[in-house]
Amino acid sequence: MKEWTFEATIDRITWLTDQVNEALESLNCPMKAQMQIDVAIDELLANIASYAYAPNKGDVTVRFDFDEESRMASISFIDTGVPYDPLRKPDPDVTLQAQEREVGGLGIFLVKKTMDDMLYARKDGRNILTIRKRI
Amino acid sequence: MTINKQQNGSTLTIAVQGRLDTTTAPDLEKEIKSSLEGVTELIMDFEKLDYISSAGLRVLLSAQKQMSKQGSMKVTNVSDLVMEVFEVTGFTDILTIE
Repeated sequence: MKEWTFEATIDRITWLTDQVNEALESLNCPMKAQMQIDVAIDELLANIASYAYAPNKGDVTVRFDFDEESRMASISFIDTGVPYDPLRKPDPDVTLQAQEREVGGLGIFLVKKTMDDMLYARKDGRNILTIRKRI
Repeated sequence: MTINKQQNGSTLTIAVQGRLDTTTAPDLEKEIKSSLEGVTELIMDFEKLDYISSAGLRVLLSAQKQMSKQGSMKVTNVSDLVMEVFEVTGFTDILTIE
């Protein structure tokens, strides 16, 4: 298990991605799954950085776990910001044409579609959002 | 992310290399917005694009909306991984992908 706690800001996304990629590479994660996880990190950390503590800043803890037997990688994003369950958000209408499309709501949807599992819990004043991907 | 632009008459080709994500998408957006005057054909070359997140999709969507008014836009050399993102999000119906 690996764990990092830092101020949730957009400019830490690349750094966090590098840390997780290092862990994934040591587990011989296929490139495709790795890039899908990278996109998920981008979406989820950007959400926390933009909304969890707005207009202030706050910390996020990111925890990386790996289960050898099932080859399941789990990454949890834990913040103490406003309660927010992204799984309750309705999926965007992906059948609309360009002019009718709105610029938002796609990120969480993309993560839902590319990860094997996505879980949310609100516990002791914390949002705990976990993604799981078999690698 | 690296952006390479090549203008040929009213055709502009923008080649994007690396990751198109929350961190880099604003740069591409600025680059596109400042280059579209008089352009009737915009070609986005994604041969060297590693991956795209929703921030990148938003930039593509606004470029597509703009180009629908003044000409056309197409996306070329899309990798399997990026194509899957386009498929899942319905962008295959919005964009012209070659």
